[in-house]
Amino acid sequence: MAVASTTSTVMNNVEAVRNTLYEALKADDRTLILGEDVGARGNVFLITKGFIEEFGPERIIDTPLAEASIVGIAIGMAMEGLRPIAEIQFADFIYPAFNQIVGEAAKTRYRSNGDYTCPLVIRTPYGGGVRGALSHSVSIEALFYHVPGLKIVAPSFPADMKGLLNAAIDDPDPVLFLEHKKTYRLVKGEVPAGHYTIPIGKAEIKHPGDQVTVVSYGLYVHQAIEAATRLAGDNISVEVIDLRSIRPMDRTTILESVRKTRKLLIIHEDNKFGGIGAEISAMVVEEAFFDLDAPIRRLCGPDVPAMGYAATLEEEFMISTDRMANTMREMVAF
Amino acid sequence: MTTITMPQLGETVTEGTVAQWLKKPGDAIEKYESFVEVSTDKVNAEVPSPVSGVLREIICKEGETVATGAPIAIIDEVAVAGAGGAEPSPVAAHAAPAAVAAAPAVVSNGAPRGGNGSVNTSEVLRGVSPAVRRLAREHHVDVSSLRGTGHNGRVTANDVLAAASRGPVAPVAVTRAAAVAAPAGAGRSTYAAPVPGTLVPLSPARKIIAQRMVESLATAPHAWTMVEVDVSNVWAWRAKAKDRFQQEKGQPLTLLPFFIHAVVGALKANPLLNARFTDEGIYVESRYNIGIAVGMDANLVVPVIRDADTLSIAGLAIAAGKLVEKARAGKLGADDLTGGTFTVNNTGANGSVLSKPIINGGQAAIVTMEAVVKRPVVIADAIAIRSIMNVCLSLDHRVIDGTASNAFLNHLKKSLEAMGPTGDL
Amino acid sequence: MAKAISTPALERHGLSDDQLRWMLRNMYLQRTLDNRGFQLNRQGKIPFATGSEGHEGIHAGSALAFARGRDILVPYYRDMGLCIGVGMPVLQVLLSMFARAKDVSGGRQFPNHYSYHSLGILSISSIIAAHCPHAVGAAYAMKLRNESGRAVLCTFGDGSTSEGEWHESVNFAAIHKLPIVFLCENNEWAISTPRAAQMAIENIIDKAAGYGLPGVKVDGSDPIATYAVMREALERARTGGGPTLVEATCYRFLSHTTDDDDRTYRTREEIERHRHLDPVPRFEALLVEHAVLTSDDASKMKKDVLAEVNAVTDQAEALPYPAPEELYTNVYEGAYAPWL
Repeated sequence: MAVASTTSTVMNNVEAVRNTLYEALKADDRTLILGEDVGARGNVFLITKGFIEEFGPERIIDTPLAEASIVGIAIGMAMEGLRPIAEIQFADFIYPAFNQIVGEAAKTRYRSNGDYTCPLVIRTPYGGGVRGALSHSVSIEALFYHVPGLKIVAPSFPADMKGLLNAAIDDPDPVLFLEHKKTYRLVKGEVPAGHYTIPIGKAEIKHPGDQVTVVSYGLYVHQAIEAATRLAGDNISVEVIDLRSIRPMDRTTILESVRKTRKLLIIHEDNKFGGIGAEISAMVVEEAFFDLDAPIRRLCGPDVPAMGYAATLEEEFMISTDRMANTMREMVAF
Repeated sequence: MTTITMPQLGETVTEGTVAQWLKKPGDAIEKYESFVEVSTDKVNAEVPSPVSGVLREIICKEGETVATGAPIAIIDEVAVAGAGGAEPSPVAAHAAPAAVAAAPAVVSNGAPRGGNGSVNTSEVLRGVSPAVRRLAREHHVDVSSLRGTGHNGRVTANDVLAAASRGPVAPVAVTRAAAVAAPAGAGRSTYAAPVPGTLVPLSPARKIIAQRMVESLATAPHAWTMVEVDVSNVWAWRAKAKDRFQQEKGQPLTLLPFFIHAVVGALKANPLLNARFTDEGIYVESRYNIGIAVGMDANLVVPVIRDADTLSIAGLAIAAGKLVEKARAGKLGADDLTGGTFTVNNTGANGSVLSKPIINGGQAAIVTMEAVVKRPVVIADAIAIRSIMNVCLSLDHRVIDGTASNAFLNHLKKSLEAMGPTGDL
Repeated sequence: MAKAISTPALERHGLSDDQLRWMLRNMYLQRTLDNRGFQLNRQGKIPFATGSEGHEGIHAGSALAFARGRDILVPYYRDMGLCIGVGMPVLQVLLSMFARAKDVSGGRQFPNHYSYHSLGILSISSIIAAHCPHAVGAAYAMKLRNESGRAVLCTFGDGSTSEGEWHESVNFAAIHKLPIVFLCENNEWAISTPRAAQMAIENIIDKAAGYGLPGVKVDGSDPIATYAVMREALERARTGGGPTLVEATCYRFLSHTTDDDDRTYRTREEIERHRHLDPVPRFEALLVEHAVLTSDDASKMKKDVLAEVNAVTDQAEALPYPAPEELYTNVYEGAYAPWL
């Protein structure tokens, strides 16, 4: 495997995913992609455009419209020695595959006590802010992060997309790879050339500070950084942690930061009740009770089924950068 | 079989003395019943039993001092019908910031009044975050003494750290000047009846007094001034009212409540006298909690009349009377002794005409009422015989200068001289 | 020795006497192991057992057609006879009943949920038809790697053919002409649901036409006939001919499991009416009739089988349960904790 070279290119998240998949297909014959419209159409966001021409329809499979078997067949492939990368076209469509993901993929190693393993990647775009309405905007991580045997990652930056996707493909266990669709073209960044991985389970401080810890992932990491930058101008120091991995999650980085700032704000797009902010809050109170100088706060999606199509409804659901900044400000002043 | 250990009474306390056993071996004890009196600082605390049973053995004798957590007695547990399962009385509320042990009785510094000498710890700790609690404990900072800079006046972790960086509050390791050792083999006598050639061992109370006095002089630069006050009229008022007062209220009427009343007025007009020095600035108190020095045989206590500005002269007399009675009976509780903002010392009761008192730690000044003496004075170029009382003031020169102290004393003098010969108590 | 003139010649489909006797022994073994499971349950030694009485013919015939070392088996939980038929050690059956640490799943799985990677037996769960897409994925892997001479045998009951994942699997296999045989062991009951409540059609193979793959029905109580059909279907799969749906009929003589009481939904008469479908006495009689073995041989074989089952029962019972700390292993390749 080539070591990451010193050259890097600026690209957006779509390009980062696309390039990573391309390199993986080239490097390993066992790798293949299956999903709806991934072949001739090249994926609805053009992530796999041109792949079927280069790698052939046996490795870039346009499946029937059947999510359960997209994942189920991929599981069988993985159990028989291939390295499948299954795609669910939108996270909102993943529910028929729930049984295969949670009941089968997550348990393959465990129920066979290691006799069989399931090295499977399931990629899917999630998240709102693109006028996607009720069935093209949901976040699903809370449904799955609860499940032992699954790994879940949700990177936000192009360099992280590449490193974590490579790690997911290499991982001997099933990984749910979540791509925030609004960041596909919105977010650009430097991506080092060559093959590299970022360990699954490691968060990263994207904006250091010492008066409040902000934990986030997905689109909102970028907004949180923007808010933090704004507040720095008022001499308010905010530390933004990009979780990157949801299961396993980086407790060490979170606790180190909370011990420094003594205040914790969790921001996520997913519904608040039962969202991952709840787990982080419980963990921090368990581990760092005597370091907390303010109640933990969560800025999260409202507890309604989904954001509506009308712009006013979507805006009400999504959290603005202003609101994030104000909350950070309040917490620092507490 | 339950082993009872010496409870931790107060943040910085590391030992306690068994003052008096209220039960003897073989006696039955009910859960929550007081069975021993323990003394630390100036407080005697009764310890309620954690279990019902029979006192089997006394490990620590009366007068013996042991470390916190050391065993003092053994109780054989016996289930007693009707023994409560409810939470213990407020006396047994759990520890203030520093105390970690599950002590049956706790005295918390600066606890707001909870009545009956009980401690309402939750009031102290309301609004105090876990980080503040821990930092306060680690750095020996009294949270209730801090002014918070957080939301709604909340004490923040940074406030605690800032206070801690000003230096430890207690106990201060003050270097002892040439402490000469007692001759070997010296006998013992008591503070109340000292015998020449003997050693009077320091009670916990005397140790604390010694410590606090050194501390006060070491930290606050003391300056001193005095005025003469013509108390003829207020003395006459008192003389007229005292018999009826004794009849109606069952206690004597001294000059003290009149004096305190005038002091409060003078403090209101001169707020720097009712303040304290902090590294961040002079904190001007919002309440008027007047401490009154009460000397006893072996001890000096300064119980506090809270919110003296809300009391009439009669009210002040009664409050003072109650405190003195409690002090003499050794029954002062934690909130009787904490939270004072200014102190009055009636040194004159012992005949003194001039005193140079030591400021009560954490305050800016202390004032004395000296003896009332008939003196010849000049009034309108003629000689008259008037009752004159010297009023002496020691002040913390970091907080108060001559201007402020004299303004205060002049205000006090004017009020006192304008009171009586009759009036409404 | 002269045979009765009315006895027809045995249609062997190329099977030797040894192979026929092998099938009979497998059926005895299966029957004895099933009985042992129920006995142990009634003794209070194991909490749970599932029997496969009635399926012995299907299992023996399919096992013989299976190419050990090349084919892959993706079974369901009533395929004990098929699993031992493709080489799974008999001890494994008892280890799984007793939930011993040495069981391949480490005592984690219910009995009859086997996994044996070295023999090509895929690990399964209890979820009906969830294994069918896995079988399809495994077949796809074979095809992608151009591994001719290999096929996947995916077995399931009549109830499975109602699950969405079954339909998705058959559909995909047909589209891609995958090397897979879908074997439906139609014993007419899905717990308490008879076939007539499970589907509107009479023959499950009619579903095959809807997806564009051939369907073949066979009397599963006849192990030789089953063998013949399975051999042909597997060969088709192995040689690039694509998938087949085989419906092998039989009858489930016992309740679904020891936790089910079939008296609540069917009569004893109904069971007795199907007794002639019991493949074990039928096949034994057939082989004796055609002098493949004598009655004495059959008795001796049964005694041998019983002795073997007794030995593995004792062996398995003497072994320990998994240690409690074993709960935490093999969640992932690395540590199981969700926080790093």
